[in-house]
Formats: sequence, C-alpha cells, structure tokens
Amino acid sequence: MTAFRLAHGGDWIDRETEIRFRFDGCSYAGFAGDTLAAALLANGVGVVSRSFKYHRPRGIWGGGVEEPNAIVDIRQDGLRSPNARATLVPLRPGLEAVSVNADPDAAHDRLGFIDRFARFLPAGFYYKTFMWPDWHLYEPRIRRMAGLGEADPAWRSARAADRRHAHCDLLVIGGGPAGLLAARIGAAKGQRVLLVESERRCGGSLRHRAGGIDGKAAAAWIDETVTLLRAGGHRVLCGATAFGIYDHNLVGICQQHEDGRPDTLWRVRAGHVAVAAGALERPLPFANNDLPGVMSADAALRYRVGHGIVPGRRVVVATNNDSAYEVAALLASDADVTLIDSRAEGGPGIAGLHARRGVLVAGAIGDSGVRAVQLSSGERLQADSLLVSGGWTPSVHLFCQARGKLHWSDAAQALLPAAPVDGVSVVGAARDGLMPLGKLFGAVAEAMNAPDGSAETTGAVSTGPEAACGVGAFWPFLGSQGRIWIDLQNDVTAKDVALAVRENYVSVEHLKRYTTLGMATDQGKTSNVAGLAALSEITGQPIGALGTTTYRPPFAPVPLATMVGLQGGELLNPIRRLPLEAQHRAAGAIFQEYGGWLRPAYYGAADAQAAIQAEARKARESVALFDGSPLGKIEVFGPKAAEFMDFIYYNTMSSLAPGRCRYGFMLSETGVVFDDGVLIRLAENHFIVSCSSGHVGAVRMRLEEWRQDRFGRDAVFIHDATAALATLTVSGPQARPLLQRAGLEIALDDEALPHMTVAAGRFDGAPIRVARISFTGDRSYEISIAVERADGLWRRLREAGQAFSAGLLGIEALMLLRMEKGYVVIGRDTDGTTMPHDLGMPGPRNNRKAEFVGRRSLFTEAANAGNRLNLVGLQVAAGEAPLPVGAHGVAMQDGRPRSIGFVTSSGSSPILQRPVALALIEAGATRIGETITLRHLGEMRQAVIAPACAFDPVGDRLHA
Amino acid sequence: MQQFTCPFCGPRDETEFHFGADAGKLRPEGADVSAEVWADYLYGTENRKGETLEIWMHLICGEFFKLRRDTVTHRVLAAMPLHAESSR
Repeated sequence: MTAFRLAHGGDWIDRETEIRFRFDGCSYAGFAGDTLAAALLANGVGVVSRSFKYHRPRGIWGGGVEEPNAIVDIRQDGLRSPNARATLVPLRPGLEAVSVNADPDAAHDRLGFIDRFARFLPAGFYYKTFMWPDWHLYEPRIRRMAGLGEADPAWRSARAADRRHAHCDLLVIGGGPAGLLAARIGAAKGQRVLLVESERRCGGSLRHRAGGIDGKAAAAWIDETVTLLRAGGHRVLCGATAFGIYDHNLVGICQQHEDGRPDTLWRVRAGHVAVAAGALERPLPFANNDLPGVMSADAALRYRVGHGIVPGRRVVVATNNDSAYEVAALLASDADVTLIDSRAEGGPGIAGLHARRGVLVAGAIGDSGVRAVQLSSGERLQADSLLVSGGWTPSVHLFCQARGKLHWSDAAQALLPAAPVDGVSVVGAARDGLMPLGKLFGAVAEAMNAPDGSAETTGAVSTGPEAACGVGAFWPFLGSQGRIWIDLQNDVTAKDVALAVRENYVSVEHLKRYTTLGMATDQGKTSNVAGLAALSEITGQPIGALGTTTYRPPFAPVPLATMVGLQGGELLNPIRRLPLEAQHRAAGAIFQEYGGWLRPAYYGAADAQAAIQAEARKARESVALFDGSPLGKIEVFGPKAAEFMDFIYYNTMSSLAPGRCRYGFMLSETGVVFDDGVLIRLAENHFIVSCSSGHVGAVRMRLEEWRQDRFGRDAVFIHDATAALATLTVSGPQARPLLQRAGLEIALDDEALPHMTVAAGRFDGAPIRVARISFTGDRSYEISIAVERADGLWRRLREAGQAFSAGLLGIEALMLLRMEKGYVVIGRDTDGTTMPHDLGMPGPRNNRKAEFVGRRSLFTEAANAGNRLNLVGLQVAAGEAPLPVGAHGVAMQDGRPRSIGFVTSSGSSPILQRPVALALIEAGATRIGETITLRHLGEMRQAVIAPACAFDPVGDRLHA
Repeated sequence: MQQFTCPFCGPRDETEFHFGADAGKLRPEGADVSAEVWADYLYGTENRKGETLEIWMHLICGEFFKLRRDTVTHRVLAAMPLHAESSR
C-alpha cells in the first residue's frame, strides 16, 4: 500500500503530539487524534491482517464500526484485549497491536498458501470432508488455522467497568446531522435528552463532508449544538455505542473512554428512542475486491480530511452512486484520480475530473496490494489505490431489534424501515438512505414533531453545498472468473452463495448458517445486502421478497468484562456472613458456603477428617457450641395466625400450647416436602417459623403468598427477624450444666424447660429466647439474642465451657450427628418427588380433615404407588469404608440393571465406630433388613437396608 | 428488559418480579376434587395470546398484585392491588 500523510491538513489530529506505537513487532509513530487504523495508513502499512479462513492478506477497508478486516489484538497497560477494530482504537502511547490469525505476522503469514487450495475449501467444506474416521480428529487443527484473536486467560482488569443507569424522555442514537437536530428539537420541546455518538466527536458525516448550516460552517454548528444541549442539562456521550434495544425501550450503551479508563456500561430507559445511526458504505462486487488497497471511498475521505492521509498516488474511485464524487474531487489535488461510475447517466458533473461512465470494475489486480484495475470495457488502469462506493446501507439494526420490519427501496438501493414501531423513530440516512442535507433536516423536523404535532420546531437550514444522492444497482456478477468477496470478515464469496443455493439452502437464515455470511464479529455490516442481491440473482426472486436475517444485539462487539462490571465473582451473588465470623476465624474455623451463608465447616486446618470426627465425638461425649444464626426466624402474628399455620404446615399446629415447639413439614401444592423445621408458639397469636437456613427467603415468600391470597392483612402479619437475631446452640450431655454456669437469667430445670419448649430470659440485661430443640439428637438449647449482643454471649458460653472442655461444632460434624439420627436435610435427603409419608410421617395425611397446602396431591395415584422412594438407612459390613454419596442401588430387571434409589448422605460415625448412610430406596420402608447391591463408578458394594435412625432410636439422650 | 408497575412501588425492572398465577384461578378444595381438576390447578396455565390478567409478586416489597398486560406487544396496561382494601 502506498498511502501517505501530507505535511499539512488533518482536522482531527494534533501534529504537535507524536505518539509511538508498535504493530506486529515494528515501531511506528502517529499523532494524537489518530486511530490505530489512521496511523497504520499514514505509515504505509498496507497489510494489517490475514483473513479468517484462507489467510489472504487484507488491508483497512473502513473508518469506523463497520471495519471487517483490520482486527487486531491490543496490548496496553499490561492488558491484552482480543479482536479490536483498528478503526476504533484511539492511538495512545505504548499501544502494541498484533494482527490476528497470522503467524508470524500479517505481512508474512506462513499459512498464506492455504488460499491456493481455496477451491477445495468452499462453504461448508468441513461438513463434507474430514468425516473419516472422525471429525473430532481434525477439528482442533482446523480451529487453530482459522479464527480471530486470542483470549488471554490471565486477563484481569485493573478496575471493573462502571455501570450507570439513566432515564430520559428522548434518547438519540447517533450524533450526525439528523441526530443533532433531533436532539435540538427534543430539547426545545422541554424533553430530557440523552444523545450518544459512537465516534470520539459528534458530527457524523458533517465532520468530513462539505456542508453549511444556518449560515455557519458545519463544524461551528456541531459545536454550538453540543454546547447548547449540555448547557440545557442534557447529556451528550461520545465514544458510546448503543448496542442493543430491549423491551420497553431499555437501551444498552457501551462507552469507551479515550484515556484508557475501563468502559462504562449505560442502561438507559428512554421514553422515546430516535435512531439516527446513519448509513454504512458497501463494497462493490468485483474479482479480488478484498485486495489490500481497496477501501471505502467515504473512509478515504475521512482519512484525508481528518488525518491528512492520501490513500495512494494513482487512485481509482469506483462507484455506483453520487457520494463518491466528492471524494474523487477532493483527492484530485493530491493524487492522480480517475472516477469510474457504473451508471451511464446521472451523477454530479465535476469539472476537470477524469471519469469513465457506464463502465464496471471487473477486477482488482495485484498480490498483496492493488497494482491495477481491470475495467469491463477491457481497459486496464494502473493504480495503487482503489476506492469504492457500492451504495449505502442504512443502520437499521436497533430499529429491527425493536421488531421493526424493512422494505426494499429501489430508489435508495437499500432496505429501509417500513411501518413504525411504538416508542422508536428512525430519522436521517438510517430511514431514507443518503439525501441532501436540506431535505434531511426537513424530514427530521417532521418526524420529531410528529408524535404530538404541537409547537412546530423547525431547527436547522442547510446553507452550504448540497450533495447529490443518486444511486444505481451494481450487484455481484456470478459468472465472474475471479473470486468476488461478499463477506470479507468470514471469507464468503459469491460462489459460496451459489453453492449454498445449489444445495437448497435458499432461505436467508439457512444461507447465513451454511456459508457463515454475516456471522462474524461485524455481523455482515458491509456484506448482508450484497449477499441478498446474489441470492436474488440466483433464485430470481426480488431482494425485497427474500427477507433478512434476524438482527440481534449487540450491534457491535461489547467486551464481556464491560457487561459484567462489578457484578462478577463474589459480588454476583453476595454471600451472607455470620455476625460472629471474626470470633470463628480466631478459633481456627475453615469456612465454606452453605445455603448462601459463609459458615464454619470445621475448626483447625491440619486434618479436616480428624477435626470433624473429633468435633462430633466431643458433642456426643460432653458438650459443644454451634453457631446456628442463619436458622430461620420468621415471626407470624395475628388473630388468624394459628389457622394460618395449620394451612401452611402438613402437621396440625393450632393444637400446640403457647411456650411449646413442634417439628413439621411444609409441602408444595404438589405434595412434595418443601421445607422442614420447628414451629415455636410463643403466645396464642404469635408463632416463630424456624425454617432451614437456606430456605428463609423462599419460605417467607410462600407465607406471603398464602397470607395475601387467603387470609388478608387484617388476619395475619409476617416479619422476618432472621437477620436481627443470632442463634447460639449448646448441645450435648453437659449442655445444661454449661448453661447454668454461664449465668443466664432463666430457669433451666426440666420441669420449667422440657424438650420442645421455649422460654424467655435475660443475659446481661439483654432479652434472650431459649428453645430446647435438637438437631443432634442430644439435649440442646438454642439461644437467640440480638445480633449486637451475640459476641458477649458467645464469650460467656466459651468461658463456661472450659470446665467441661466444651468443643466447637462446625457444619460438617453437625451433618454427621444428624445423619446418625436419621434427621433429614430437605433437598439433600429428599428430591423433587419426596412426600411426607416417604419420610416416615404418614400421620397427618391419614388423619387430618382440614385443608392444608399440598393435601390433595398426597392422594393421587402416584402418591400411593408401591414403589415410591422411601428414606432409609444403609449399613455396610464392619471395617468397610463409607458408601459414596450418589451411589445407586441396582436391581436386575429383564437381564439389565435398573436403579432402585440412591445414597443421599454418608459418613463415618465416631460414636458408633462404623459408617452410616441415608438413602432413598424404592419401597425401602418395607424392606428393612434386605441386602441390596449399590454401584458407583463401576464399583459394586453390598449394604443392608436399616431404619434411618442409627443412633439412640428411642431418643433417651434428648432428655439425658 | 421489561418494566412492570408495582401498585405500591411504581415502575421497576422485571427481574424484581415473580410470576404467581393467572388471575381468577381458584384453588379447588374439598374431599371430592377430581385428579383432573387438581392437575389442571397445579399445572394448567392459560398462556393466552394478547391481553392477560395475571398475579405477580414484587419481590422487593413482598406484595402480590394484579397485572394486566399484553403478551404480544408486552405493553403493560394496568396494575392493581390484589384486594380492594389493600389500596388504602
């Protein structure tokens, strides 16, 4: 490539500030205000990447978001980001860019030879070849050879992307002439306006195309408008790309900052959205139209006006429309320019311009850059740069995401928005294609005033030169000898489209998936219309009848890290922490997450199993302290509280006397056990639902549902006090002496506080509630106290425990203790089919007359089947290892093994000196004593079905 | 993301809400509820195309309410408290 920078010119750069950067290992210099693409052009770097599939050399095509070729990995500030478009990367000191899919670099790629075998690698070749013996043998190699940038597994952002939420009356997407005017009109009407522009500065085409507004230069009008908006309290965001529009006008916007700060993700809820996203220039279809040096004419104009860059010494401008004439005219003062217009007539006459009319470009000639241009007339023009304009594709993506439909316009040679969508307008070139500025302003004013029709606000008048906007058809010629590239980024040619149609992939969605046309990171921004035109030519159907593929977010790639922001890692789902976490840490606790809470798994780091066994043994032999603070404490009050509890629970609760506790199940309406726990009746109309720690939120919701649906706010009141109270448990044969020593103001003798009762007391002046409830099978006291007083109580209990060498109990040891007793953990020892009678509690089902949640489901055919999974214990022979959790019981049926259930909990009991296990086994309750076979990962074991409770089946220890 | 209107808290993102049931769906009760009627209560939803009246819960304030919306256009038409007396 022979692009070069003039010694003068370049409205967007600061020639005083030189910036050094590296590309593919070489050092270059550019200026502040350059993008990486501009700086590469200025340095004459022609080949910037290798193509996705055939490893063909590719150069810079565009000037912005549409860029299909110049995809680079960026290394800056110690971070590596894959697949950046060089046209959007601002040049910053220290920037290092590496071309993707090239080895060692884009200019000398080792896999460049693949292109010579291209005829053997058409669309979908991998579906037809590499089949024997197995595609997976070839897949890794093929994947390595194709593709784009590399993700860096060690990538860590210094700071998370910000997320901001905003509301506005009018969101204008695009800061070109149409967007700026739309924003001005909205502001004038008193709307709160937010305008987003994906480039670094507002202006759109006004920045590089000739024009004057309201008697001012375009640049002055742009500045005036932005200043006016900001002064009026409206927001103007630059470098911000609206990438998706979602239900109810939620718009996702990714804002990149020039100074290298992490991105900002905006979630804007807009009353009305005006899409003024402009239009993107299309390539022209001719052989070798992917050669480096073939560039969008409009992009070339941008580089000339903005950066002082001329694309070559001998420039051919090929077009099917009027917009390229301005490009040719401007470049003619710096280079030898020839204009080729495919139309025989029309187009603005420009004096002194070398032009050919009614002639097509048949092909570009060259190896790694344009050397000549072959015309359909047979003439061959020497050239080192071929600028093309194949017409303009309106950026209707957001309109289509909002379920807008398109129609084909012959006048614009483009798909344009059809019927309007509620809450979304499309204005400017995105709606009508290119048009003269005066006409465009008129259309914008009309569209923006339309919603209310009130107070006509006209806005702007074009006072500069008016561009002509004619366009003619110029579509892929399928009989071409050479390869005509349609999708540059995914290496799809016109022949691939023809092949797909031959194989009957004639729907646009099938064509896309079979050829990968439009599937790359640019999502076919420059290729979709040419693909449709090719399909239209082959099938004989008009373009408008073919439909389009579905437009989905994001409009442009958004880094995942930007989407995540702070909502990753631990913050994705913040863990709940115990009020006494510091005290547990000081005691050597190893923490794990249980049901959303960070809790001590065990104490002492050395040998986890030994520690767990010792804790469990201590709790059985003397006494242990356990922090049960996450235990549910949902208070239920009201005149109908007892009736409410009867309806909620499987068990009758209204017969419970005040001051007493009862264990029970809550069922789903499907009859499945949803939660278990103890209900405490403090007073006639005051209950406490002590549900399992991990279920508090769900239980509260369930209570609310039935309260609001069935009882009403005058009858029942619910208050979740779980987080307000810490619950400290003392369990073991020495629990009562320990508590007596601790000096709580409460009567602890068994007449005053027998098993399953509750009493109020005080500790150091603070109210406490003591419940004799056991989850270990030993005498236990659960003491609830305000969180802020928990530390004092915990210290007092630990001091009092010294006389009994009391231990601490982590969750793992507690799980062993409850397992010995056959106490279930809902969701672990039960599944989505377990009903109360499967857990050995058929009583209420058989005896209760009143209605309760899930009742009818307990009497279905399935609920009464003989082969239901029942909770049982499993016992293995002395000296054997514990059974693996998840091992399946198997029975032979028709010569094949069949699962008859599975192990749900398993461990080694220190007090019994043998393994214990709980399992759900088919008809297990009627098969106590039977030996069954269990299988796990190929290993077979034998076990005897036993009652779930393996330790102290009579329950004497609860009172000992 | 849709925006629903809680009658107590105003318009909020849909992630703050939880679907309850079709409005007007009654819980069949009594000893003689047939398996078919019960199954329909458990698993049958109208899934109507167009305008619907549904019960939703606003997870943040914990209130159930009636939501009238269009399942085709996603337009939210009205939001009302579950019971008339709740509007106090």
